[in-house]
Amino acid sequence: MAKEMLNAKRLLCPLPVIRTQDKVKKMNHGDILEVVCTDPGVMQDIPAWCRINGHKVLETLSEEMEYTIILEVG
Amino acid sequence: MSKQRKAVALISGGLDSLLAAKTLLEQGIHVEGINFFTGFCVEGHTHAIRKKDKDKPKRNNALWSAEQLGIKLHIIDVIDEYKDVLINPKHGYGANMNPCLDCKIFMVHKAKEWIKENDFDFIITGEVIGQRPMSQRKDTMPIIAEESGADDLLLRPLCAKNLPMTLPEREGWVDREKLYGFSGRTRKPQMALANNFGFEDFAQPAGGCCFLTDKSYSDKLVDLWSARGDKEYDLDDIMLLKVGRHIRPNNNFKVIVAREDGEARFMQGYKKEFLNMNCASHRGPLALIDGKPTEEDLIVAAQLVARYGQGRDAEVVDVTIREKDGNERQVQVQPFIADKIPQEWFV
Ligand code: SF4
Repeated sequence: MAKEMLNAKRLLCPLPVIRTQDKVKKMNHGDILEVVCTDPGVMQDIPAWCRINGHKVLETLSEEMEYTIILEVG
Repeated sequence: MSKQRKAVALISGGLDSLLAAKTLLEQGIHVEGINFFTGFCVEGHTHAIRKKDKDKPKRNNALWSAEQLGIKLHIIDVIDEYKDVLINPKHGYGANMNPCLDCKIFMVHKAKEWIKENDFDFIITGEVIGQRPMSQRKDTMPIIAEESGADDLLLRPLCAKNLPMTLPEREGWVDREKLYGFSGRTRKPQMALANNFGFEDFAQPAGGCCFLTDKSYSDKLVDLWSARGDKEYDLDDIMLLKVGRHIRPNNNFKVIVAREDGEARFMQGYKKEFLNMNCASHRGPLALIDGKPTEEDLIVAAQLVARYGQGRDAEVVDVTIREKDGNERQVQVQPFIADKIPQEWFV
């Protein structure tokens, strides 16, 4: 099980979703991806993207101006 | 058992593409969605930037549509490829800088490539004859099918009965009788069908699916191109056209003044890419300076920045000028008097 990071800071939705999607494509079932963003829209969009594509959001964190989403590849 | 047929649906986030996809799901077709991000899409961005929109839901309508339909959605970044569509549209522009017909041809063409790579059988869109004056007319429907290379693999479930048979209908993968014959600008049949399917709270964009249909945005884009002397752009350029007050005192430079905190916060991210300023002696907005201003121009820019800060009525205001490398200096200027700013400077 691999754990990877994705820096999607300064990108506005839907770009963080696109970068997440492209990264997840190269990962395997059960792998963990941590995405760090600055657009608060990701708190809605990435979980929605995970729900429709069968991935699991393990944790969402928002600190100062940064939003982190940790997901498990489905 | 007959083979499960697969269609990719162009999902814009609006009602029509939602209904088109649902119509085919009802016929037992496996449908997945595809959404193209050109950089000009209305989705998300302004909600994310402007503080005044904070209370509105920040949902991405294409993702929302896919979730309602229970289908996968593939979002494709076409920012670079789209430049050629926007800069050289064979069929020209609509009321503003929207190259809708070329844009549709491009997207269907990309969808055609996608179905080939992913082993899908055909493409569906939510187009309706007569719905939009430029791109959705009886005579443009075959142009899109032909020039995209999709030909009879392109099915428009909402107006299929007004169009020649497509391959999925001829082959019996789809029952033509259960498709629709919508036409014209009326939205009533769509609303009735949405009601039938039980869809509520769907997005109804007024002008179109992107910023290029917006006059003020298009004016800023044309201004950017004419000031630079060419039509090149990158993502930062087109994002910044969505924020701030754009003031061009001269061809060689433009001042982008944040209108509120949300915009200022967004523009902070560009401080390393642009010379920027803000008032030092009073509260005031952040401004980015685009282009190649002279020393004199910078004084004009500082006067404009001072005009939009709380020192607008003061005798003099101190303004900090920050270079891209972070080096700072201060100048003291007299704020511009509001009605002395020539109207033609406002882009
Ligand atoms: S409104 Fe924009 S995205 Fe929609 S068809 Fe026209 S140019 Fe393309």
